[in-house]
Amino acid sequence: MSQKTEAKRAVSRKDMTKAQWTWKEMKRNKTAYIMIAPFMILFFIFTVIPVVLSLFLSFTSFNMLEMPKFIFMDNYIRLFLDDDIFIIAIKNTLIFAAITGPTSYLLSLFIAWFINELAPKMRALVTLVFYAPSISGQVYLIWQTLFSGDAYGWVNGTLMRLGILDAPVLWFQNESYVMPLCIIVALWTSLGTAFLSFIAGLQTIDKSLYEAAAVDGIRNRWQELWYVTLPTMKPQLMFGAVLSITGSFGFGGIVTALAGFPSVNYAAHTIMHHLDDYGGQRWEVGYSSAISFLLFLMMIGANMAVTKILSKVGQ
Amino acid sequence: MPKKLRTRKHTVVLNRSVGGDVGISIFLIIMGVFMFLPMVYVIMQSLKPLDELWMFPPRFYVIKPTLKNFSDLFTLMGDSWVPFSRYIFNTVFISVTGTFGNLLLSSMAAYALAKIEFPGRNFFFQLIQKSLMFTATVTGIANFITMSILGWVDTYFAVIIPAFCTTLGLYLMKQFMDSSVSTSVLESARLDGSTEFRTFWTIAMPMVKPAWLTLIIYSFQGLWNAGASIYIHSEQLKTLNYAISQIVAGGIARAGAAAASTVVMMAVPITVFVISQSNIIETMASSGMKD
Repeated sequence: MSQKTEAKRAVSRKDMTKAQWTWKEMKRNKTAYIMIAPFMILFFIFTVIPVVLSLFLSFTSFNMLEMPKFIFMDNYIRLFLDDDIFIIAIKNTLIFAAITGPTSYLLSLFIAWFINELAPKMRALVTLVFYAPSISGQVYLIWQTLFSGDAYGWVNGTLMRLGILDAPVLWFQNESYVMPLCIIVALWTSLGTAFLSFIAGLQTIDKSLYEAAAVDGIRNRWQELWYVTLPTMKPQLMFGAVLSITGSFGFGGIVTALAGFPSVNYAAHTIMHHLDDYGGQRWEVGYSSAISFLLFLMMIGANMAVTKILSKVGQ
Repeated sequence: MPKKLRTRKHTVVLNRSVGGDVGISIFLIIMGVFMFLPMVYVIMQSLKPLDELWMFPPRFYVIKPTLKNFSDLFTLMGDSWVPFSRYIFNTVFISVTGTFGNLLLSSMAAYALAKIEFPGRNFFFQLIQKSLMFTATVTGIANFITMSILGWVDTYFAVIIPAFCTTLGLYLMKQFMDSSVSTSVLESARLDGSTEFRTFWTIAMPMVKPAWLTLIIYSFQGLWNAGASIYIHSEQLKTLNYAISQIVAGGIARAGAAAASTVVMMAVPITVFVISQSNIIETMASSGMKD
């Protein structure tokens, strides 16, 4: 856009309605639309439309063979009034998310902050130690070996040798242990992209800010964190929050792999498992669409609420 | 104890208490052990001979390390339903084409969203940001219907094409272009009569190499670790990860081979990360969400 066209646009914009001007701008920038088109078309097909479609299907009874039949709120009424297991699933999902989301967020932030003052080589090594579990595929299955239900499991074996247990515990088949264990394993894999983002954010903070803060009477590292570091890296804090929250709702796969499906007496049954049960196995598409849409609302609601609160902090 | 923080230009004296340093070190060591021990244990398990795997009381460390589990793994691969090379080909093919498509489509879209002012760009970018707020589980059911309509069930397309439009890569690329491609350089190229595509390809792309690499690694990791897909039924189209999970599901006698396969599978993403860590961190520096 040269200065000449800029000037011409500025003059002529006054003579046009908003729609006319938008249309003119759209034509002028048609390359931009060509550039985003391939990505956006696929993105709409595989992400945007499915969300809308599941909202639509959630008001129907549909089995993929016959035409969908409109039944309005029946699916939702059934979910909340007639499906006891769904209520367990909601409760478990919320407990899971409420513990893993904030904990993994705070762990990522504090570990990133603690290792920030290490020498670069050392920092790279420690970063790898903390980050590796999140990228290593199914390595979390090792927890099943560690907590294996027979006496050959390392945890059982060690606790028995120390005399704390007299018989092996079936950790992942026990109603009171399965959920806490799954949460621990989920946390173990949760230092991911948000963690890297925090490390990078801390690295880019202008060091002279700390100098100025020291002159202004900042006395220790905690004050430094609160008054200088956190306000400066707010965009990273927002990004990390979004990833941690979304992640905290998405640990269903780990639970299935460790606790089996269905888990013992539904003790670790989450909405994701319920969805898999009705969508992937019973082919009740309408009903499972209602479940997906509720899950969508929970995730997006939690994210919007938290980002809204974070954007207010320090203002 | 005053600790000095060296920067390129000057030295800042920071106020650091000994107690804080010790406390933080202890916390880091405990967390580090918690993170690292299971990884060490996988490696230990993969090196244990059969009698040590089933020893009572169980030991953490290996006494007589052996590579037998790894050679067993390869023997087991030879017994698979379809030639094992087919699974390897599938994973490599899916990872490479999926990553390439994602890189091409995402960087083109990222350039337009970051550097061209067109009506609707804010709307599109908001959509991308919102998509980071939910997981693919939500769209699973509807996508199965879409795949059936397109006739892509049980083809490579069902796995590769959706990988083209993963949004985290586009998001990171766009943020990186915002902060590290100077608009004035692009303006002067446009004044010289360079088309938007040419400007994108010859000027903007070379400036965002760390972002490419990050996008490639994220996309590759996701596809490499992909196991069974609900869209794929034919044995010939299944992935390496799936094949290995089948091998290791084969019972107690395969516990060693299972650990060996985990070590093989995790070695790839970890090596890739070690090589590219500094580029990824550089990309993440601009990952922040503003609004």
